[in-house]
Amino acid sequence: MFDFLTSLFSYAFITRALIVGVLVALCAALLGVSLVLKRYSMIGDGLSHVGFGALSVSLALGVAPLEVSLPVVALAAFLLMRLGENSMIKGDAAIAIISSSAIAIGIIVVSLTTGMNVDVYNYMFGSILAMSESDVMLSVLVSAVVLTLYALFYNKIFAVTFDESFARAIGIRAGRYNMLVAMLTALIIVVGMRMMGALLISSLIIFPAVTSMRVFKSFKSVVICSAAVSVFCFVAGIVISFAWSVPAGAAVVAVNLTVFFLFCAVKRVLMGRL
Amino acid sequence: MALISCENVTMKYDGQTAVDNVSFRVEPGDYLCIVGENGSGKSTLVKGLLGLLKPVSGKIVFDGVESSEIGYLPQQTMAQKDFPASVYEVVLSGCRSRMFYGKEAKRRALMNMERLDIGSLKNKCYRELSGGQQQRVLLARALCATEKLLLLDEPAAGLDPVITAELYALIAELNESGITIIMVSHDIQNAVRYGSRILHMAMHGAFFGTTGDYLKSEEGRRMTGGIEDV
Repeated sequence: MFDFLTSLFSYAFITRALIVGVLVALCAALLGVSLVLKRYSMIGDGLSHVGFGALSVSLALGVAPLEVSLPVVALAAFLLMRLGENSMIKGDAAIAIISSSAIAIGIIVVSLTTGMNVDVYNYMFGSILAMSESDVMLSVLVSAVVLTLYALFYNKIFAVTFDESFARAIGIRAGRYNMLVAMLTALIIVVGMRMMGALLISSLIIFPAVTSMRVFKSFKSVVICSAAVSVFCFVAGIVISFAWSVPAGAAVVAVNLTVFFLFCAVKRVLMGRL
Repeated sequence: MALISCENVTMKYDGQTAVDNVSFRVEPGDYLCIVGENGSGKSTLVKGLLGLLKPVSGKIVFDGVESSEIGYLPQQTMAQKDFPASVYEVVLSGCRSRMFYGKEAKRRALMNMERLDIGSLKNKCYRELSGGQQQRVLLARALCATEKLLLLDEPAAGLDPVITAELYALIAELNESGITIIMVSHDIQNAVRYGSRILHMAMHGAFFGTTGDYLKSEEGRRMTGGIEDV
Protein backbone atom coordinates (compact mmCIF):
# COMPACT_ATOMS: atom_id res chain seq x y z
CA MET A 1 0.00 0.00 0.00
CA PHE A 2 2.77 2.39 1.01
CA ASP A 3 4.72 1.50 -2.12
CA PHE A 4 1.67 2.11 -4.19
CA LEU A 5 1.19 5.57 -2.70
CA THR A 6 4.86 6.48 -3.14
CA SER A 7 4.73 5.44 -6.76
CA LEU A 8 1.48 7.39 -7.16
CA PHE A 9 3.04 10.61 -5.90
CA SER A 10 6.32 10.07 -7.73
CA TYR A 11 4.58 11.32 -10.86
CA ALA A 12 4.43 15.10 -10.90
CA PHE A 13 1.37 15.05 -13.20
CA ILE A 14 -0.57 13.01 -10.65
CA THR A 15 0.29 15.42 -7.86
CA ARG A 16 -0.83 18.31 -10.07
CA ALA A 17 -4.02 16.51 -11.03
CA LEU A 18 -4.76 15.80 -7.37
CA ILE A 19 -4.28 19.41 -6.32
CA VAL A 20 -6.43 20.80 -9.11
CA GLY A 21 -8.99 18.02 -8.80
CA VAL A 22 -9.46 18.24 -5.04
CA LEU A 23 -9.96 22.01 -5.23
CA VAL A 24 -12.35 21.76 -8.17
CA ALA A 25 -14.27 18.89 -6.57
CA LEU A 26 -14.63 20.85 -3.34
CA CYS A 27 -15.91 24.02 -5.01
CA ALA A 28 -18.15 22.14 -7.44
CA ALA A 29 -19.80 20.31 -4.55
CA LEU A 30 -20.56 23.54 -2.67
CA LEU A 31 -22.07 25.23 -5.72
CA GLY A 32 -23.81 22.00 -6.67
CA VAL A 33 -25.98 22.00 -3.53
CA SER A 34 -27.57 25.28 -4.56
CA LEU A 35 -27.85 24.34 -8.22
CA VAL A 36 -29.47 20.97 -7.52
CA LEU A 37 -31.92 22.40 -4.99
CA LYS A 38 -32.90 25.24 -7.31
CA ARG A 39 -33.52 22.72 -10.08
CA TYR A 40 -30.64 24.20 -12.07
CA SER A 41 -28.63 20.97 -12.28
CA MET A 42 -28.54 21.09 -16.04
CA ILE A 43 -26.71 24.41 -16.03
CA GLY A 44 -23.51 22.59 -15.16
CA ASP A 45 -24.06 20.21 -18.02
CA GLY A 46 -24.90 22.99 -20.47
CA LEU A 47 -21.89 25.07 -19.49
CA SER A 48 -19.48 22.16 -19.88
CA HIS A 49 -20.78 21.55 -23.41
CA VAL A 50 -20.25 25.20 -24.18
CA GLY A 51 -16.76 24.74 -22.78
CA PHE A 52 -16.16 21.86 -25.17
CA GLY A 53 -17.19 24.06 -28.10
CA ALA A 54 -14.85 26.81 -26.92
CA LEU A 55 -11.93 24.40 -26.46
CA SER A 56 -12.41 22.99 -29.97
CA VAL A 57 -12.47 26.46 -31.47
CA SER A 58 -9.34 27.47 -29.56
CA LEU A 59 -7.65 24.28 -30.78
CA ALA A 60 -8.53 25.13 -34.37
CA LEU A 61 -7.32 28.71 -33.97
CA GLY A 62 -4.19 27.58 -32.20
CA VAL A 63 -4.72 29.86 -29.18
CA ALA A 64 -4.53 29.04 -25.48
CA PRO A 65 -7.61 27.01 -24.51
CA LEU A 66 -8.32 28.83 -21.24
CA GLU A 67 -8.23 32.31 -22.73
CA VAL A 68 -11.03 31.40 -25.11
CA SER A 69 -13.14 29.14 -22.94
CA LEU A 70 -13.18 31.27 -19.79
CA PRO A 71 -14.98 34.28 -21.31
CA VAL A 72 -17.17 32.12 -23.55
CA VAL A 73 -18.41 29.91 -20.71
CA ALA A 74 -18.93 32.93 -18.44
CA LEU A 75 -20.99 34.57 -21.18
CA ALA A 76 -23.02 31.39 -21.60
CA ALA A 77 -23.69 31.31 -17.84
CA PHE A 78 -24.89 34.91 -18.01
CA LEU A 79 -27.18 34.17 -20.96
CA LEU A 80 -28.60 31.02 -19.37
CA MET A 81 -29.56 32.88 -16.20
CA ARG A 82 -31.11 35.68 -18.22
CA LEU A 83 -33.08 33.27 -20.40
CA GLY A 84 -34.36 31.51 -17.33
CA GLU A 85 -35.61 34.77 -15.83
CA ASN A 86 -37.33 36.08 -18.90
CA SER A 87 -38.95 32.71 -19.51
CA MET A 88 -39.36 33.25 -23.24
CA ILE A 89 -37.88 29.80 -23.57
CA LYS A 90 -38.10 27.71 -20.41
CA GLY A 91 -34.86 27.09 -18.53
CA ASP A 92 -34.27 23.45 -19.39
CA ALA A 93 -35.09 23.95 -23.08
CA ALA A 94 -32.78 26.97 -23.22
CA ILE A 95 -29.93 24.90 -21.77
CA ALA A 96 -30.53 22.08 -24.24
CA ILE A 97 -30.49 24.52 -27.16
CA ILE A 98 -27.31 26.23 -26.04
CA SER A 99 -25.41 23.06 -25.16
CA SER A 100 -26.18 21.10 -28.31
CA SER A 101 -25.46 24.15 -30.46
CA ALA A 102 -22.10 24.61 -28.75
CA ILE A 103 -21.14 20.97 -29.33
CA ALA A 104 -22.24 21.21 -32.97
CA ILE A 105 -20.17 24.34 -33.57
CA GLY A 106 -17.18 22.71 -31.87
CA ILE A 107 -17.43 19.56 -33.98
CA ILE A 108 -17.87 21.50 -37.23
CA VAL A 109 -14.86 23.70 -36.52
CA VAL A 110 -12.76 20.68 -35.58
CA SER A 111 -13.66 18.63 -38.62
CA LEU A 112 -13.02 21.57 -40.94
CA THR A 113 -9.58 22.20 -39.47
CA THR A 114 -7.57 19.65 -37.49
CA GLY A 115 -9.98 16.74 -37.79
CA MET A 116 -10.96 14.55 -34.83
CA ASN A 117 -7.75 13.86 -32.97
CA VAL A 118 -6.47 12.92 -29.53
CA ASP A 119 -6.86 16.48 -28.26
CA VAL A 120 -10.55 16.52 -29.09
CA TYR A 121 -11.00 13.09 -27.55
CA ASN A 122 -9.29 14.36 -24.38
CA TYR A 123 -11.51 17.41 -24.23
CA MET A 124 -14.57 15.19 -24.25
CA PHE A 125 -13.49 12.53 -21.78
CA GLY A 126 -10.69 14.26 -19.93
CA SER A 127 -7.03 13.57 -19.46
CA ILE A 128 -5.09 13.45 -16.24
CA LEU A 129 -2.03 14.57 -18.17
CA ALA A 130 -3.67 17.84 -19.11
CA MET A 131 -2.78 19.76 -15.95
CA SER A 132 0.23 22.08 -16.19
CA GLU A 133 1.91 24.25 -13.53
CA SER A 134 -0.18 27.22 -14.61
CA ASP A 135 -3.36 25.17 -14.25
CA VAL A 136 -2.41 24.45 -10.65
CA MET A 137 -1.91 28.18 -10.03
CA LEU A 138 -5.21 29.00 -11.70
CA SER A 139 -7.15 26.38 -9.78
CA VAL A 140 -5.73 27.59 -6.46
CA LEU A 141 -6.69 31.15 -7.35
CA VAL A 142 -10.18 30.27 -8.60
CA SER A 143 -11.01 28.00 -5.69
CA ALA A 144 -9.80 30.64 -3.23
CA VAL A 145 -12.24 33.08 -4.85
CA VAL A 146 -15.09 30.55 -4.83
CA LEU A 147 -14.54 29.45 -1.22
CA THR A 148 -14.26 33.03 0.04
CA LEU A 149 -17.38 34.25 -1.74
CA TYR A 150 -19.31 31.15 -0.73
CA ALA A 151 -18.39 31.57 2.92
CA LEU A 152 -19.19 35.30 2.91
CA PHE A 153 -22.55 34.90 1.20
CA TYR A 154 -23.50 31.53 2.66
CA ASN A 155 -26.57 32.86 4.48
CA LYS A 156 -27.75 34.80 1.47
CA ILE A 157 -27.22 31.82 -0.80
CA PHE A 158 -29.29 29.70 1.58
CA ALA A 159 -32.09 32.28 1.70
CA VAL A 160 -32.21 32.62 -2.08
CA THR A 161 -31.98 28.87 -2.66
CA PHE A 162 -34.74 28.05 -0.21
CA ASP A 163 -37.18 30.76 -1.15
CA GLU A 164 -36.44 33.33 -3.77
CA SER A 165 -39.73 35.23 -3.36
CA PHE A 166 -39.21 35.68 0.36
CA ALA A 167 -35.57 36.63 -0.10
CA ARG A 168 -36.56 39.32 -2.59
CA ALA A 169 -39.24 40.58 -0.21
CA ILE A 170 -36.74 41.21 2.59
CA GLY A 171 -34.51 43.09 0.20
CA ILE A 172 -31.99 40.45 -0.87
CA ARG A 173 -31.11 40.90 -4.52
CA ALA A 174 -31.78 37.33 -5.51
CA GLY A 175 -30.84 37.84 -9.15
CA ARG A 176 -27.32 38.84 -8.14
CA TYR A 177 -26.78 35.73 -6.06
CA ASN A 178 -28.16 33.48 -8.80
CA MET A 179 -25.75 35.12 -11.20
CA LEU A 180 -22.90 34.80 -8.71
CA VAL A 181 -23.49 31.05 -8.35
CA ALA A 182 -23.73 30.63 -12.14
CA MET A 183 -20.52 32.59 -12.74
CA LEU A 184 -18.58 30.68 -10.10
CA THR A 185 -19.86 27.45 -11.62
CA ALA A 186 -18.62 28.59 -15.02
CA LEU A 187 -15.16 29.26 -13.54
CA ILE A 188 -14.96 25.87 -11.87
CA ILE A 189 -16.12 24.07 -15.00
CA VAL A 190 -13.48 25.75 -17.15
CA VAL A 191 -10.73 24.87 -14.68
CA GLY A 192 -11.79 21.25 -14.20
CA MET A 193 -13.04 20.45 -17.68
CA ARG A 194 -9.83 19.36 -19.36
CA MET A 195 -9.05 16.89 -16.62
CA MET A 196 -12.56 15.52 -16.02
CA GLY A 197 -13.77 15.81 -19.61
CA ALA A 198 -16.50 18.08 -20.94
CA LEU A 199 -19.01 15.25 -20.88
CA LEU A 200 -18.23 14.23 -17.31
CA ILE A 201 -17.47 17.41 -15.33
CA SER A 202 -21.10 18.12 -14.47
CA SER A 203 -21.09 14.97 -12.35
CA LEU A 204 -18.84 16.78 -9.85
CA ILE A 205 -21.55 19.39 -9.43
CA ILE A 206 -24.59 17.15 -9.25
CA PHE A 207 -23.55 13.85 -7.63
CA PRO A 208 -22.23 15.00 -4.22
CA ALA A 209 -25.31 17.15 -3.52
CA VAL A 210 -27.78 14.48 -4.55
CA THR A 211 -25.86 11.85 -2.59
CA SER A 212 -25.73 13.93 0.62
CA MET A 213 -29.41 14.82 0.38
CA ARG A 214 -30.25 11.12 0.76
CA VAL A 215 -29.11 11.09 4.34
CA PHE A 216 -28.60 14.61 5.71
CA LYS A 217 -31.43 16.87 6.72
CA SER A 218 -30.12 20.36 7.27
CA PHE A 219 -28.65 22.62 4.63
CA LYS A 220 -25.39 23.02 6.49
CA SER A 221 -24.87 19.29 6.95
CA VAL A 222 -25.69 18.67 3.28
CA VAL A 223 -23.12 21.28 2.24
CA ILE A 224 -20.41 19.85 4.49
CA CYS A 225 -21.15 16.25 3.51
CA SER A 226 -21.18 17.15 -0.20
CA ALA A 227 -17.74 18.71 0.09
CA ALA A 228 -16.38 15.66 1.91
CA VAL A 229 -18.01 13.15 -0.45
CA SER A 230 -16.81 15.04 -3.49
CA VAL A 231 -13.18 15.22 -2.37
CA PHE A 232 -13.19 11.58 -1.26
CA CYS A 233 -14.68 10.39 -4.56
CA PHE A 234 -12.19 12.39 -6.54
CA VAL A 235 -9.15 11.05 -4.73
CA ALA A 236 -10.51 7.50 -4.84
CA GLY A 237 -11.20 7.93 -8.55
CA ILE A 238 -7.64 9.04 -9.24
CA VAL A 239 -6.20 6.12 -7.28
CA ILE A 240 -8.40 3.67 -9.18
CA SER A 241 -7.54 5.31 -12.47
CA PHE A 242 -3.82 4.94 -11.67
CA ALA A 243 -4.10 1.37 -10.41
CA TRP A 244 -6.22 0.03 -13.28
CA SER A 245 -5.24 2.44 -16.03
CA VAL A 246 -8.75 3.71 -16.69
CA PRO A 247 -9.53 7.35 -17.60
CA ALA A 248 -9.56 9.53 -14.46
CA GLY A 249 -12.82 11.36 -15.20
CA ALA A 250 -14.76 8.16 -15.75
CA ALA A 251 -13.27 6.57 -12.63
CA VAL A 252 -14.32 9.57 -10.52
CA VAL A 253 -17.87 9.38 -11.85
CA ALA A 254 -17.98 5.64 -11.18
CA VAL A 255 -16.90 6.16 -7.55
CA ASN A 256 -19.53 8.90 -7.20
CA LEU A 257 -22.20 6.54 -8.48
CA THR A 258 -21.11 3.83 -6.04
CA VAL A 259 -21.20 6.24 -3.10
CA PHE A 260 -24.63 7.44 -4.21
CA PHE A 261 -25.98 3.88 -4.03
CA LEU A 262 -24.26 3.44 -0.69
CA PHE A 263 -26.05 6.51 0.68
CA CYS A 264 -29.36 5.27 -0.71
CA ALA A 265 -28.79 2.02 1.18
CA VAL A 266 -27.91 3.94 4.37
CA LYS A 267 -31.12 5.92 3.99
CA ARG A 268 -33.11 2.68 3.70
CA VAL A 269 -31.53 1.37 6.87
CA LEU A 270 -32.18 4.61 8.77
CA MET A 271 -35.78 4.76 7.58
CA GLY A 272 -36.31 1.14 8.59
CA ARG A 273 -35.14 1.84 12.09
CA LEU A 274 -37.49 4.77 12.65
CA MET B 1 -52.00 57.58 10.14
CA ALA B 2 -52.02 54.73 7.61
CA LEU B 3 -49.13 52.26 7.40
CA ILE B 4 -49.72 51.89 3.69
CA SER B 5 -51.79 54.09 1.44
CA CYS B 6 -52.35 53.13 -2.15
CA GLU B 7 -53.75 55.90 -4.30
CA ASN B 8 -55.09 55.14 -7.75
CA VAL B 9 -52.48 52.46 -8.29
CA THR B 10 -52.26 50.97 -11.75
CA MET B 11 -49.78 48.18 -12.40
CA LYS B 12 -48.84 46.19 -15.45
CA TYR B 13 -47.76 42.58 -15.64
CA ASP B 14 -46.31 41.20 -18.88
CA GLY B 15 -47.46 44.33 -20.65
CA GLN B 16 -51.09 43.87 -19.55
CA THR B 17 -52.84 46.04 -17.02
CA ALA B 18 -53.23 43.75 -14.03
CA VAL B 19 -54.13 46.27 -11.32
CA ASP B 20 -56.39 49.03 -12.51
CA ASN B 21 -56.75 52.21 -10.49
CA VAL B 22 -56.93 50.65 -7.05
CA SER B 23 -57.01 52.72 -3.86
CA PHE B 24 -56.95 51.50 -0.28
CA ARG B 25 -55.35 52.17 3.08
CA VAL B 26 -53.94 49.88 5.71
CA GLU B 27 -54.16 51.27 9.25
CA PRO B 28 -52.09 49.87 12.14
CA GLY B 29 -53.87 46.84 13.62
CA ASP B 30 -56.00 46.20 10.54
CA TYR B 31 -56.73 42.73 9.22
CA LEU B 32 -57.13 43.35 5.51
CA CYS B 33 -58.20 40.52 3.24
CA ILE B 34 -57.54 40.87 -0.46
CA VAL B 35 -59.98 38.71 -2.39
CA GLY B 36 -60.91 38.36 -6.03
CA GLU B 37 -61.00 35.91 -8.87
CA ASN B 38 -57.92 34.43 -10.55
CA GLY B 39 -56.30 36.99 -12.80
CA SER B 40 -57.78 39.93 -10.92
CA GLY B 41 -54.31 41.22 -10.12
CA LYS B 42 -53.87 40.07 -6.51
CA SER B 43 -50.37 38.68 -7.07
CA THR B 44 -49.29 41.74 -8.99
CA LEU B 45 -50.52 43.99 -6.19
CA VAL B 46 -48.56 41.87 -3.70
CA LYS B 47 -45.41 42.44 -5.77
CA GLY B 48 -46.17 46.16 -5.66
CA LEU B 49 -46.54 46.15 -1.87
CA LEU B 50 -43.25 44.27 -1.51
CA GLY B 51 -41.55 46.85 -3.71
CA LEU B 52 -40.65 44.30 -6.39
CA LEU B 53 -42.71 45.96 -9.10
CA LYS B 54 -43.33 49.67 -9.56
CA PRO B 55 -46.80 51.02 -10.31
CA VAL B 56 -47.11 52.63 -13.75
CA SER B 57 -49.29 55.29 -12.21
CA GLY B 58 -50.58 56.24 -8.79
CA LYS B 59 -48.51 55.72 -5.68
CA ILE B 60 -47.96 53.37 -2.79
CA VAL B 61 -46.88 55.32 0.30
CA PHE B 62 -45.41 53.63 3.36
CA ASP B 63 -45.47 55.35 6.72
CA GLY B 64 -43.74 53.88 9.74
CA VAL B 65 -42.82 50.72 7.84
CA GLU B 66 -40.57 50.05 4.87
CA SER B 67 -41.64 47.75 2.08
CA SER B 68 -38.70 45.50 2.94
CA GLU B 69 -39.95 45.35 6.55
CA ILE B 70 -43.03 43.41 5.60
CA GLY B 71 -43.10 39.86 6.92
CA TYR B 72 -44.01 37.94 3.79
CA LEU B 73 -45.47 34.44 3.65
CA PRO B 74 -45.24 33.40 0.00
CA GLN B 75 -46.97 30.41 -1.50
CA GLN B 76 -44.87 27.28 -1.23
CA THR B 77 -42.89 26.19 -4.25
CA MET B 78 -42.29 22.69 -5.58
CA ALA B 79 -38.57 22.96 -4.84
CA GLN B 80 -39.25 23.39 -1.11
CA LYS B 81 -41.08 20.10 -0.83
CA ASP B 82 -37.87 18.07 -0.68
CA PHE B 83 -35.50 20.74 0.56
CA PRO B 84 -33.02 19.60 3.20
CA ALA B 85 -33.09 22.39 5.77
CA SER B 86 -33.64 22.40 9.50
CA VAL B 87 -36.51 24.41 10.96
CA TYR B 88 -33.99 26.68 12.68
CA GLU B 89 -32.16 27.40 9.42
CA VAL B 90 -35.41 28.36 7.71
CA VAL B 91 -36.64 30.60 10.53
CA LEU B 92 -33.26 32.28 10.92
CA SER B 93 -33.21 33.13 7.21
CA GLY B 94 -36.05 35.57 7.92
CA CYS B 95 -33.70 37.82 9.87
CA ARG B 96 -32.07 40.61 7.95
CA SER B 97 -28.31 40.63 8.07
CA ARG B 98 -25.32 42.01 6.28
CA MET B 99 -23.49 38.71 6.02
CA PHE B 100 -23.71 36.68 9.20
CA TYR B 101 -26.44 36.38 11.82
CA GLY B 102 -25.59 37.97 15.14
CA LYS B 103 -26.80 37.09 18.64
CA GLU B 104 -29.84 39.32 18.27
CA ALA B 105 -30.97 37.54 15.10
CA LYS B 106 -30.57 34.12 16.70
CA ARG B 107 -32.53 35.25 19.77
CA ARG B 108 -35.29 36.55 17.52
CA ALA B 109 -35.49 33.31 15.59
CA LEU B 110 -35.75 31.24 18.79
CA MET B 111 -38.32 33.63 20.26
CA ASN B 112 -40.55 33.46 17.19
CA MET B 113 -40.32 29.69 17.13
CA GLU B 114 -41.55 29.59 20.73
CA ARG B 115 -44.26 32.08 19.88
CA LEU B 116 -45.64 29.78 17.20
CA ASP B 117 -45.19 26.67 19.28
CA ILE B 118 -42.58 25.05 17.06
CA GLY B 119 -39.65 25.34 19.47
CA SER B 120 -39.50 21.57 19.82
CA LEU B 121 -39.09 21.18 16.05
CA LYS B 122 -35.90 23.28 15.96
CA ASN B 123 -33.62 20.59 14.55
CA LYS B 124 -36.26 18.76 12.54
CA CYS B 125 -36.04 18.67 8.78
CA TYR B 126 -38.42 21.07 7.07
CA ARG B 127 -39.43 18.58 4.36
CA GLU B 128 -40.53 16.01 6.95
CA LEU B 129 -43.05 18.32 8.64
CA SER B 130 -46.79 18.29 8.01
CA GLY B 131 -48.29 21.05 5.87
CA GLY B 132 -49.57 22.90 8.94
CA GLN B 133 -46.20 22.75 10.67
CA GLN B 134 -44.47 24.00 7.53
CA GLN B 135 -46.77 27.02 7.45
CA ARG B 136 -45.94 27.75 11.09
CA VAL B 137 -42.25 27.61 10.26
CA LEU B 138 -42.72 30.04 7.37
CA LEU B 139 -44.83 32.29 9.62
CA ALA B 140 -42.07 32.30 12.23
CA ARG B 141 -39.62 33.25 9.50
CA ALA B 142 -41.93 36.07 8.38
CA LEU B 143 -42.15 37.32 11.97
CA CYS B 144 -38.35 37.50 12.08
CA ALA B 145 -38.51 39.98 9.23
CA THR B 146 -41.12 42.27 10.79
CA GLU B 147 -42.46 43.80 13.97
CA LYS B 148 -45.51 45.33 12.43
CA LEU B 149 -46.93 43.90 9.27
CA LEU B 150 -47.49 40.43 7.85
CA LEU B 151 -48.42 39.84 4.22
CA LEU B 152 -49.82 36.34 3.74
CA ASP B 153 -50.36 34.88 0.29
CA GLU B 154 -52.96 32.09 0.40
CA PRO B 155 -51.71 30.82 3.76
CA ALA B 156 -54.23 27.96 3.91
CA ALA B 157 -53.66 26.59 0.42
CA GLY B 158 -53.48 22.80 0.50
CA LEU B 159 -54.23 22.42 4.22
CA ASP B 160 -57.00 20.25 5.62
CA PRO B 161 -59.99 21.95 7.35
CA VAL B 162 -58.83 21.32 10.91
CA ILE B 163 -55.33 22.66 10.31
CA THR B 164 -56.79 25.56 8.31
CA ALA B 165 -58.98 26.55 11.27
CA GLU B 166 -55.97 26.37 13.60
CA LEU B 167 -53.91 28.51 11.26
CA TYR B 168 -56.62 31.18 10.99
CA ALA B 169 -56.97 31.22 14.77
CA LEU B 170 -53.22 31.68 15.06
CA ILE B 171 -53.23 34.54 12.56
CA ALA B 172 -56.11 36.19 14.44
CA GLU B 173 -54.07 35.88 17.65
CA LEU B 174 -51.10 37.58 16.01
CA ASN B 175 -53.43 40.31 14.83
CA GLU B 176 -54.76 40.83 18.35
CA SER B 177 -51.21 41.09 19.64
CA GLY B 178 -50.86 44.20 17.49
CA ILE B 179 -49.49 42.94 14.19
CA THR B 180 -51.21 44.29 11.12
CA ILE B 181 -52.26 41.56 8.70
CA ILE B 182 -52.74 41.67 4.96
CA MET B 183 -53.98 38.36 3.63
CA VAL B 184 -54.53 37.36 0.03
CA SER B 185 -57.10 34.60 -0.06
CA HIS B 186 -59.51 32.61 -2.14
CA ASP B 187 -61.24 31.51 1.00
CA ILE B 188 -64.00 34.10 1.12
CA GLN B 189 -65.77 32.56 4.14
CA ASN B 190 -62.76 32.95 6.38
CA ALA B 191 -61.85 36.29 4.82
CA VAL B 192 -65.14 37.86 5.90
CA ARG B 193 -65.05 36.02 9.19
CA TYR B 194 -61.64 37.25 10.31
CA GLY B 195 -60.92 40.31 8.17
CA SER B 196 -61.76 43.77 9.44
CA ARG B 197 -61.51 45.21 5.96
CA ILE B 198 -61.88 43.72 2.51
CA LEU B 199 -60.27 44.70 -0.75
CA HIS B 200 -62.12 42.95 -3.54
CA MET B 201 -60.09 43.07 -6.74
CA ALA B 202 -61.90 42.85 -10.07
CA MET B 203 -61.13 43.54 -13.71
CA HIS B 204 -62.96 46.83 -13.59
CA GLY B 205 -63.20 48.65 -10.33
CA ALA B 206 -62.27 47.29 -6.93
CA PHE B 207 -64.27 47.37 -3.73
CA PHE B 208 -62.56 48.55 -0.58
CA GLY B 209 -64.24 48.93 2.77
CA THR B 210 -65.08 47.33 6.07
CA THR B 211 -66.22 43.73 6.11
CA GLY B 212 -69.74 44.83 7.09
CA ASP B 213 -70.02 47.14 4.09
CA TYR B 214 -68.55 44.44 1.86
CA LEU B 215 -71.23 41.93 2.81
CA LYS B 216 -73.89 44.46 1.82
CA SER B 217 -72.19 45.37 -1.45
CA GLU B 218 -72.98 43.76 -4.78
CA GLU B 219 -69.56 42.06 -5.02
CA GLY B 220 -69.81 40.76 -1.49
CA ARG B 221 -73.27 39.33 -1.95
CA ARG B 222 -72.20 37.59 -5.15
CA MET B 223 -69.06 36.12 -3.59
CA THR B 224 -70.60 35.00 -0.33
CA GLY B 225 -73.89 33.85 -1.77
CA GLY B 226 -75.76 36.23 0.53
CA ILE B 227 -74.57 35.14 3.96
CA GLU B 228 -74.63 38.18 6.18
CA ASP B 229 -74.42 37.02 9.72
CA VAL B 230 -71.02 35.40 9.94
